[in-house]
Amino acid sequence: MTRKGKRLTLIFGALAILGIAAGLVMFALRDNIVFFYTPAQLAEKHPSPGARLRIGGLVKQGSVVKGDGREVRFVVTDNARELQVTYTGLLPDLFREGQGVVADGVLGTDGTFRADSVLAKHDERYMPRDVAEALKKQGVWQGDKK
Amino acid sequence: MIVETGHFALVLAFALALAQAIIPFAGARLGDASLMRVARPVAMTQFLLIALAYGALTYAHVVSDFSLVNVIENSHSLKPLVYKISGVWGNHEGSMLLWVLVLSFCGALIAAFSASIPIKLRADTLAVQGLLGAAFLLFILLTSNPFARVAQAPWEGRDLNPILQDPGLAIHPPLLYLGYVGFSIVFSFAAAALIGGRIDAAWARIVRPWTLAAWLSLTLGIAMGSYWAYYTLGWGGFWFWDPVENASLMPWLAGTALLHSAAVMEKREALKIWTIFLSILAFSLSLLGTFLVRSGVLTSVHAFASDPERGVFILAILVFFIGGALALFALRAGALPISGIFAPISREGALVVNNLLLTVSCATVVVGTLYPLALEAITGEKISVGAPFFNTVLIPIALPLALLMPIGQMLAWKRGDLLAALQRLRAAFLAGLLALGVFGAFEGAPYLSVVAAGVAVYLIVGSISELLQRAGGRGASARAAVARFFQLPLSAFGTAFAHAGMGLTLLGLAATGWGVENITTMSVGNSYEVGPYHIVLTEMSARNGPNYSETYAVMDVRRDGEVVARIEPAKRFYQARKMARTEAGIVTLGLGQVYAALGEAHGDGTIDARLYYKPLVTLIWIGALAMALGGAFSLADRRLRIGVARRATAAIPQAAE
Repeated sequence: MTRKGKRLTLIFGALAILGIAAGLVMFALRDNIVFFYTPAQLAEKHPSPGARLRIGGLVKQGSVVKGDGREVRFVVTDNARELQVTYTGLLPDLFREGQGVVADGVLGTDGTFRADSVLAKHDERYMPRDVAEALKKQGVWQGDKK
Repeated sequence: MIVETGHFALVLAFALALAQAIIPFAGARLGDASLMRVARPVAMTQFLLIALAYGALTYAHVVSDFSLVNVIENSHSLKPLVYKISGVWGNHEGSMLLWVLVLSFCGALIAAFSASIPIKLRADTLAVQGLLGAAFLLFILLTSNPFARVAQAPWEGRDLNPILQDPGLAIHPPLLYLGYVGFSIVFSFAAAALIGGRIDAAWARIVRPWTLAAWLSLTLGIAMGSYWAYYTLGWGGFWFWDPVENASLMPWLAGTALLHSAAVMEKREALKIWTIFLSILAFSLSLLGTFLVRSGVLTSVHAFASDPERGVFILAILVFFIGGALALFALRAGALPISGIFAPISREGALVVNNLLLTVSCATVVVGTLYPLALEAITGEKISVGAPFFNTVLIPIALPLALLMPIGQMLAWKRGDLLAALQRLRAAFLAGLLALGVFGAFEGAPYLSVVAAGVAVYLIVGSISELLQRAGGRGASARAAVARFFQLPLSAFGTAFAHAGMGLTLLGLAATGWGVENITTMSVGNSYEVGPYHIVLTEMSARNGPNYSETYAVMDVRRDGEVVARIEPAKRFYQARKMARTEAGIVTLGLGQVYAALGEAHGDGTIDARLYYKPLVTLIWIGALAMALGGAFSLADRRLRIGVARRATAAIPQAAE
């Protein structure tokens, strides 16, 4: 193979791999990303039921109800809107009423959010940033108390 | 007093770092050897001063000096000693101090092991290293002073985040930083080579051991972090595609690519520009990772505190160094002569493909990590990019890479014979097909797991068979073969171990497809099934530890009625921070593990629990250890040893390598 031929092979090989990778990235970004909403944003944007979402807010005081087996129902609020969430499984160590929470799952047609994973904040000074920002925007942020 | 000494030492180290950045650089431009010689002692003294500062902070933590903000916020007088020591880096300020400590340690290492390096290259390299040190020391002094005092010292501290009170904290960050920051050495060498304008095979020979050492630490650091997450977060996950984990994966991928391209440059004088670029890229990605973790733009377990001022400062450092290095690269790289022509089917060609696949995976990780940040900055929409994205993109890249690895190993330099290489891999292909059959017979896993397991077995056998064939040869007697086996260069063992380690890790990952999960409510005396095992809860009780109280359960793991192990999962409650932490009960049986984590206890004596059976899961980390061992073998190879560069400059590229 000539010197030029060798170089062309290399360049086309590289372009082919890059092209495939770029295609994969576009494909994955279209189908595999999850949008984050607070209850108020959810009410405003009306994502279609059945889409995978991530929601966040505070667990409303007194709203946690343990159902049959390990089913748990609770309300997530951003102090503007509320969202009923159901979850089956073990809640994380740091899950508590009045504290920040983020849940991944699917919005049902009845307006209930069926979570398949629930994440709580990592320590008492820490609030999921998405939640903190949403709360700050609405002026109900309690400050960075230490 | 000791604390003030530490603070003072840090300020002094900053001044020395500036001196280290300016004097040797000026010396190299003026051709003044005495100015260039300043670099070595200054680099070593800078390291000693930072070590002194670090020691002072550690002292304050050990004696629980609650007049320091850093100690108040992260320590507690009852905390066990090991966590008082490792807790020093369990917070933003302390971890940045560890960062510069490692950075200056790298500078001192260059100074100590560079007697045989051309004086100009050494001076410029240490100058760049000094400039890096000055930037980060300034960052600490201005925005993250670990020695800040309070006027009135409280009686007790707020304790360290319980998740961090773990032996993992003692090992994971130092190893990770050695790797992360270790790439600064290669970065400095690349910048110095660009400044000096001399880039040749000898440069690659000098840089390769440093790359190997950094890569090896980073591999161990990442593996350690993932095992820590696995046993501490209570649901058996070991990799979450958390941006902070990605931050360590990006330099690892770039570093792995660099390791291979530097080999081409050293042996064949080819890929010079590309190797220099990767040297800059690896550390740039480390800097990006530091920015992501330390600036608070991300939410994660690793983000200790967010302070916009710090973010802007690190961003400025990032832009300065990455921008500066790339500008230098753009100015100088074009002038480099292109040499080292090779056929597409050759060892070099295979390594080019390896580099393409690795850098492309690295780029996709960068995209997946930064895309949500960029989208939020531009449109305000918040998204999360998680495992589905990375799996969709990386699996189709990783599996072909694994298929090509043993083939590349079999190809000769310059011009290879693909057919012959494939023939030599017959045993590996057979083993892979056999594995497909065997793993396919076990039900319950997705096809992808079966395919990945087959590829993994092929990779393991293929990596090792190259070694065996080189020893065996045609018609050699068994004794001659054994003798030859032990005479193979250590770097050959290095390659084989590292590649086989990759295969082991892949096999462990594939086997997660056969994992079994049982989330249940347990009561004493009853038996619960998980995979081939039955778990019997025999006892549940409470007790107190030094700074926590815990509920623990004793469980018998039974197989076919026999008790094979006993595990003790617990749930701890840390009073000072009012936080709970799950202590998983884990037992290794064969290569798999049984994993139990406690949930909430109910009033009636029952308790929620997660039970898992994870077959072959330990291979994930055993594979990483094998990779690191491979790195160590290569590092021990005489031809690669640090400092032999000049003596070996005349070495001829060896055909068999």
